[in-house]
Amino acid sequence: MPNPSHLIIAPILIPLLAGGLLLFFEDRERRLKDAVSILTALALIVVAFVLLKRTYPAAGAEDGRIFVYLLGNWPAPIAINLVLDRLSAIMLVLTAVLGLAALIFSIARWQRAGAHYHSLFLFLLMGLNGAFLTGDLFNLFVFFEVLLAASYGLVLHGSGPARVKAGMHYIVINLAASLLFLIGVAMIYSAAGTLNMAHLAVVFGELDGDGRAIAEAGAGILGIAFLVKAGIWPLNFWLPTAYSAAAAPVAAVFSIMTKVGIYILMRLSLLFFGSEAGSSSGFGSEALFLAGMATILFGMVGVLASQAMGRLAGYSVLVSSGTVLAAIGFSQAGVTAGALFYLLSSTLALAALFMLIELIERGQDPAANVLAVTMEAYGEGEEEEDPATEEIGVAIPETLAVLGVSFAICGILLAGLPPLPGFLAKFAMLTSMFNPAGLGDGAIRHSSWWLASFLILSGFATLIAMTRAGIRSFWARIDGEVPRVLLVEVAPIALLLTAVVVMTVAAGPTYRLLEATASDLHAPQAYIEAVMQALQAVPNKGEIAP
Amino acid sequence: MELLLSLSIGALVGSGVWLLLRPRTYQVIIGLSLLSYAVNLFIFSTGRLRVNAAPIVEKGTEIDPAAFADPVPQALVLTAIVISFATTALFLVVLLASRGLTGTDHVDGRESEK
Repeated sequence: MPNPSHLIIAPILIPLLAGGLLLFFEDRERRLKDAVSILTALALIVVAFVLLKRTYPAAGAEDGRIFVYLLGNWPAPIAINLVLDRLSAIMLVLTAVLGLAALIFSIARWQRAGAHYHSLFLFLLMGLNGAFLTGDLFNLFVFFEVLLAASYGLVLHGSGPARVKAGMHYIVINLAASLLFLIGVAMIYSAAGTLNMAHLAVVFGELDGDGRAIAEAGAGILGIAFLVKAGIWPLNFWLPTAYSAAAAPVAAVFSIMTKVGIYILMRLSLLFFGSEAGSSSGFGSEALFLAGMATILFGMVGVLASQAMGRLAGYSVLVSSGTVLAAIGFSQAGVTAGALFYLLSSTLALAALFMLIELIERGQDPAANVLAVTMEAYGEGEEEEDPATEEIGVAIPETLAVLGVSFAICGILLAGLPPLPGFLAKFAMLTSMFNPAGLGDGAIRHSSWWLASFLILSGFATLIAMTRAGIRSFWARIDGEVPRVLLVEVAPIALLLTAVVVMTVAAGPTYRLLEATASDLHAPQAYIEAVMQALQAVPNKGEIAP
Repeated sequence: MELLLSLSIGALVGSGVWLLLRPRTYQVIIGLSLLSYAVNLFIFSTGRLRVNAAPIVEKGTEIDPAAFADPVPQALVLTAIVISFATTALFLVVLLASRGLTGTDHVDGRESEK
């Protein structure tokens, strides 16, 4: 594919430069830091949308366009490259929107809770963008470490015993998972002799005997590392604690961190073990399906059992990852399209929910949560307001009504009720599950019934839990005062929920885009060809004389 | 040499995993370090073990790839060493913070009831 545009690397460079620049300023210069980081997030949104637009097919063409950026200007497939296709562009947009919302939210108070908040946050965005763009397995490891290192700092942001304890568990688990990641990458390299994802997809189809066994084992170990990050049962006991202990804007942006694991699993399993992979075709998809189902079940029980709202949101994250993973394991393009839709809407809803919970719980008397306190990991709000840091800004009127409506929208989204995208996505998944080959056609697989019942049951469980939590916090408030909520804290929630409403109104174009993305994923030939035939931006200047 | 290397990787992983599962934060951090040493050795070994073979190719001469060691795992292991070193240092800070906040070095922040 000709003309690799330099814009592809912008989503990595912009937050890196801005984050590095902010390190030179003291934390006292908050307004400046807020302004720079929000401008960065806005720039990321613009770049992400421009990139997404570029992946739209040229007039008359069927396939989406794929751009390859050769970082060292080595001929492909040697060395590291960045690949932009529809899926990575969509994920970039999602990251940028979440980042903007969380940064606006933290203007009010959270950025004051610790040092270098903005830089860490921007480095996290850089790591996320890099992980979505890279086309090289080891470079993926590096970007993962960038985003994890930033997230270690962010999960501890605000400090306090609960955060430090949850953060320590989070760090240990992720360090161990990173070691598994390295083992997997090393095994794949020793069998295939390359680390370029597209090249690996070609080589995987040609391996046989011991080489194939080692490559499959390596892919399995690599998969475990991503399953840990995606929060899949039984590797997820750390997740609800860490997410509910984290500061609200951090938890909001963490709702996409599990989706990075899901994204990689989706990308690699369909690339390496797609229809072209010969006898390893479909390797691991059954395991992914079962793991996804188990996670839905675990998350469902957790959602029903949660007494504190933070944990309720934490378990909803699990339900959301489990659903997407099970749909990937189902390996059918239509279901994947629905799952992508679900991924977008549930990530936005979860991010809004995490921020909302902090606002709701702000007004509550800790005594009202006596039950919740009994739970081992309940992170009591250490953010007891210091009169000196009383926030300045415009408070909103009718606080409870605004919060209540937003909470109801989050509930509707997560439970999958019409008319919002949660419902549309589940409907799309169910439709393609039961009509594998066009409407009313094709044999229905056994697993369809299982997945369908789990989808509906998990929605029901979420609905019960959200209703219960909503009644307790809005209708039956025990003493608790009405929280004082600022405009800048409601604005990001409104932004996220507006994005979801836009997705509902423009459901047709959105779904068509996701459908095309899913069919690209299930037919990775175009991706492989684009990478293998990528042209150097600057041709080598001939052979160098000895 | 293969036997020696695999035995040492095995010993490192075994002790690393055992330490990782211990309840003291210091044991956990040493366990993680041992595990990362083992993983680094493992990455290094994926380039096949060679003696007296350089990973760097001379410019402009006719090259027989069989006479050279694979440079990629060596580059990878360098990156992995740096990253695991940095994350271990970061974990050390968290460990100290936890010790300061909770007054114990237990991973759960409090002693388990015996």
